[in-house]
Amino acid sequence: MKKTIITVVGKDGVGIIAKVCTYLADNDINIEDISQTIVSGFFNMMMITDMSKSKIPFADVSDELAKLGEEIGVVIKCQKEEIFDSMHRI
Amino acid sequence: MINISEVVETNQMIEKENLDVRTITMGISLLDCIDSDIEVVKKKIHDKIYNYAKDLVKTGQDIEKEFGIPIVNKRISVTPIALVGGACCKKPSDFAQIAIALDNVAKEVGVNFLGGYSALVSKGMTPAEEMLIRSIPEALSKTERVCSSINLGSTKTGINMDAVKLMGEIIKETAELTKEDDSLGCAKLVVFCNAPDDNPFMAGAFHGVTEADCVVHVGVSGPGVVKTALEKVRGENFEILCETIKKTAFKVTRVGQLVAKEASKRLNVPFGIIDLSLAPTPAIGDSVADILCEIGLEYAGAPGTTAALAMLNDQVKKGGVMASSYVGGLSGAFIPVSEDQGMIDAVEANALTIEKLEAMTCVCSVGLDMIAIPGDTKATTISGIIADELAIGMVNQKTTAVRIIPVIGKGVGETVEFGGLLGHAPIMPVNTFSCDAFINRGGRIPAPIHSFKN
Repeated sequence: MKKTIITVVGKDGVGIIAKVCTYLADNDINIEDISQTIVSGFFNMMMITDMSKSKIPFADVSDELAKLGEEIGVVIKCQKEEIFDSMHRI
Repeated sequence: MINISEVVETNQMIEKENLDVRTITMGISLLDCIDSDIEVVKKKIHDKIYNYAKDLVKTGQDIEKEFGIPIVNKRISVTPIALVGGACCKKPSDFAQIAIALDNVAKEVGVNFLGGYSALVSKGMTPAEEMLIRSIPEALSKTERVCSSINLGSTKTGINMDAVKLMGEIIKETAELTKEDDSLGCAKLVVFCNAPDDNPFMAGAFHGVTEADCVVHVGVSGPGVVKTALEKVRGENFEILCETIKKTAFKVTRVGQLVAKEASKRLNVPFGIIDLSLAPTPAIGDSVADILCEIGLEYAGAPGTTAALAMLNDQVKKGGVMASSYVGGLSGAFIPVSEDQGMIDAVEANALTIEKLEAMTCVCSVGLDMIAIPGDTKATTISGIIADELAIGMVNQKTTAVRIIPVIGKGVGETVEFGGLLGHAPIMPVNTFSCDAFINRGGRIPAPIHSFKN
């Protein structure tokens, strides 16, 4: 099963990870790996997730996370792992 | 497992460097729509295109959403209409009716352009092909999304100079009929030498008769990504420069290959080719001319431009070819003037002329593209420019093209605004010495000696 990569980019603040993780847990989306870094002064977080047991379809997760991001002042993107695999793995 | 720096790199390319898939183009054969009754032909064309392409736009949008990569255009190319309409069209306005039917179905399925209002006349014209050519001004002035292309020559056949002469007149007439919109009709009309059957890019896309019933082609782009990669190797030698371009082209093309395979699977249509192109847009940071500047030129057009472009074009192909299972179309750097802010700047600084652009077309894909010229330019002069450009293609066994816009009512120093992806352009001066006697000779230029390879 291919994974979904969730990225969170924005200014660092209290509770960003907690809010995203709560949303994912509520929808039965499992987080397999989580890492973060600072790029050009911005907080970058990446989660590798498994959505195979998700309660709601990919498109809805993507839209709802984008909305959640707007509320807490960060940009949240959901992308299937294949795009990164294609570009960075032969 | 993918790591965070790879994810950040990909997303920076998309968000900051304008990486996108420029087009998914569905090629549809209309050969089975031929009939002697024009109403039957129009209905068959509608039904066939609608059946294959009704989910094209939605599928493109789904892929965009799931992978987070913009797919800018969803388009259709069809069999050259001169072949499809030959049996039922008795006058040019009959062909124009088919153009209107194509425009309607393009709007119905939601694609932004449909190419293939075309004729392949590299050696001679049938009466139907001549009629289609004569209908182009009417067809392009009455439609919004239909694009027209005419193949006027090839390395194997030479150049059909009768058709070159006719196209000079047709381009002028198209400009006249669309003068209310700054002669926009000419932006949807291109003439070729060695036109490829599987080009996904407009205005020159058509679905050649060598193709299957329906295929999906993808055109990738990413001048901004190449430019940003080159910023990191300023001052380094050509070996490092070339390696950087190749690696970047490889990454960009891999994304195109992924999108092409996904689109093919979801639409249940075979994958055709990836067109590895650096296709600029008027957006800042999405310019091929900016890459040439990054390589070390003050402006595109400065001495060294042709060499820099030759190197760029070659490295894009070398990197891209390894990343895709099938490569085709035009594949290379595009150098349209109005669609590239860096090219516009170069023209405005008097660094770039039509003659230099002609030299540049010897070493990159396509040719004189989206060049606005004075509206009072003579038809024979336009034919002369076309003949020169086609000769380059014929002798060098490559595709060359001319998409030139004589802007009615405007002259050198003025600017024309086409809007959207077509951009804006300063009107460029044209050499006004006469070539009337040359163009009026008639007949065709024979195929060059090196075409006889049997």
